[in-house]
Amino acid sequence: MTGSFDILIVGIGGQGTILASNILGKACLSEGRHVKGAETHGMAQRGGSVESHIRIGGQFGPLIVPGQAALLISFDLLEALRYSHYLKRGGKMVVNKHLILPTSVFTQKIAAPSEDEIITKLKAYDLCLLDADTIAAEAGSVLAQNIVMLGAAAGSMPLSPDSLVAAVRSLVPPKTIEVNTKAFEMGRAFGGKC
Amino acid sequence: MERQYLLGNEAIAHAALEAGVDFVSGYPGTPSSEVIDVLRALPERSFYVEWSVNEKVALENALAAAWCGVRALCTMKHVGLNVASDPLMTSAYTGVTGGFVILCADDPFAHSSQNEQDTRCYAHFARLPCLDPASVQEAHDWLRDAFQLSEEFGLPVIFRPTTRICHSKGDVELGAAAPGQRKGEFHKDPRQYVVIPAHTRILHKKLNEKQPHIKKRLVERGFNRYEIRGKTAVIASGIGASYVEEILPAGISFMKIGAYPVDEEWLGDFVKKHERVLVIEELAPEVEEQVRQVAGIVPVFGKKNGYAPYEGELSPPLVAAIMVRAGFLTENPFPAVVPEQNLPVRPPILCAGCLHRATFYAIKKVFSDAIYPSDIGCYTLGLQLGVVDTTICMGASITVASGIAHSGDPRDVVCTIGDATFFHTGIQGLMNAVYNGANITVVILDNRITAMTGHQPNPDTGITASGIETVPVSLDAICRACGVTFVETVDPFDITGTVNILSEAKKKKGVKVIIAKQMCVIMARRSGVKRKRYMVDPEQCTGCGTCVRFGCPAIEVVGEKAQINDLCSGCSVCAQICPAGAIGREVPK
Repeated sequence: MTGSFDILIVGIGGQGTILASNILGKACLSEGRHVKGAETHGMAQRGGSVESHIRIGGQFGPLIVPGQAALLISFDLLEALRYSHYLKRGGKMVVNKHLILPTSVFTQKIAAPSEDEIITKLKAYDLCLLDADTIAAEAGSVLAQNIVMLGAAAGSMPLSPDSLVAAVRSLVPPKTIEVNTKAFEMGRAFGGKC
Repeated sequence: MERQYLLGNEAIAHAALEAGVDFVSGYPGTPSSEVIDVLRALPERSFYVEWSVNEKVALENALAAAWCGVRALCTMKHVGLNVASDPLMTSAYTGVTGGFVILCADDPFAHSSQNEQDTRCYAHFARLPCLDPASVQEAHDWLRDAFQLSEEFGLPVIFRPTTRICHSKGDVELGAAAPGQRKGEFHKDPRQYVVIPAHTRILHKKLNEKQPHIKKRLVERGFNRYEIRGKTAVIASGIGASYVEEILPAGISFMKIGAYPVDEEWLGDFVKKHERVLVIEELAPEVEEQVRQVAGIVPVFGKKNGYAPYEGELSPPLVAAIMVRAGFLTENPFPAVVPEQNLPVRPPILCAGCLHRATFYAIKKVFSDAIYPSDIGCYTLGLQLGVVDTTICMGASITVASGIAHSGDPRDVVCTIGDATFFHTGIQGLMNAVYNGANITVVILDNRITAMTGHQPNPDTGITASGIETVPVSLDAICRACGVTFVETVDPFDITGTVNILSEAKKKKGVKVIIAKQMCVIMARRSGVKRKRYMVDPEQCTGCGTCVRFGCPAIEVVGEKAQINDLCSGCSVCAQICPAGAIGREVPK
């Protein structure tokens, strides 16, 4: 066994999971740690369910094994439930309280769980549920939701907040550095209370 | 030396710079596309780079550059090598003088592909060396080595990363870029470059004579290596080797195959030192067959006796399960877990405001009982709308349409093909359909870009890979030159206009071409196009579901009524099709 700290980030294509994974990777490098990862590219990014695997201290393959992740960060409620089996016993879940139903639910009238049903199920885990949209808007841009989510999860990662902030600042578009830094700190403050 | 957290394809692109690549060509295809996308986006370049119209064209261009003594890289996905297999097979005979690396990315589990073919089989078939890296770092280091090996052997080298290399990430140790300085010079040598029978027979013999040396060198250079630790052994290749290393107990010998052809003598010596051998590799039993040939009485476990699957991709728990089954592990270190059941799936979907959805809507309206052959691109997602009946490979929409029409099926045949796919291998099918008098309607879905693979320009776009303006090739002119007389261009966001032209085509015999032209909505957004969003007036909405069945992700149902969310890009199609007139432009608050 490798003893890597495995983080799974999930969401819907276009929500910014890849930037979030790059930030974690950069923070690992600045702390001199090995890191491996895998992610969804190509067709699946067109509004499909996407996943980014990050293995801090990973030295072998890039894939997280179901049941082995220490932390699950989900940008959507339904996706949190879809990937919940990746968490290991005692693993932490940081979830955006936001539900986008797949279009097929409407076009083919497929049954879907309600927001409350999903939250009830997620409460079986060590859950930090936050409204990242609202927090991001308060920080200055709804587009900073992914950074709010990283901030909320920061306390559950074996990485220092300083290296995470530095990675955020170096990877977001230059014009948005201050907004994203604020988004990260606000997310972190929320996560600290979870 | 510098350490960076990079995507496999980014690391590969950097390695090409370190090798001082002079010439780069390719055709986009997941999971290979980012290599050229990284190289073409560099602000300064000391090399030539192009997106070619298809893989055969790309490979022949790059081969010629390598004949001129420069270092050439050609990239494609696994199925692209089928298209390029004609020049590939004989390039092994002619050989090269400059280093020539053919990067061909495989896609076990067909994450983004029509099949799971294994490029190692092509390497075997063509008798070309093939490198199969197991990690991002290896992909980086070996891509650099591949140029040098190509020059040493005088042969093209196939470089075969898989999806889990191309699209995985790692902390990678990079070297310094070495700008390409070579200037191509073609030395005429008909015995090498004109493969008439008299020459090719000699070249074939030379190719075969190179093989033993190649096998020895791949071991000497450490691409294939082993460590003896006990009486049982696991032999693994590619990414499978990294999964094995993660869980291999002490006391089991380990052989890692990273390059082909494998030296049989060396392999046999290793196998015979063991009492039982397990082979772990993705897809074809390429290594296992060789192991079986040299194993003698040593029992071999693998695909051929049912211990491992022939299809799909490996993962650490699957490798552990195979090892348990074959008696190489006592228990699986990864206990099985059960995912949440009965959740609605979330497959990829055409974007809100995608021109293809509008075109498909009009096609279905006019041709309600037709057969719909289609092709490879974002529009293959039209399957969800019931307007894609066949997809087999690039360019096989017009040809399949002709075949169905000539088969005697009385229904109308309406096929769809994207602009890039039409240039790739669609034109020949169109010419053939006209020449042989097929009765078909061809709709070219012209979004001005190669969208699905990440928005690469193509001959339709009017710019080259490196962003230089060039002559846009006219779809209309090509179709007319192929002999089509009914060629009409429509705006798919104008539903009435599109329906009218399709109805006209329906009445005519022969090959009819309709070009549905509108910018890809992602490109439109990037280039600053802003359209007002639409909204549903709940007072007027009757809840009939017409707009919902249109299948746009911007349209949801709340209660009994439709509602438009913030994904709306203002294409206006839902407003045009709403029978109650309940959808209109959003009024600023």
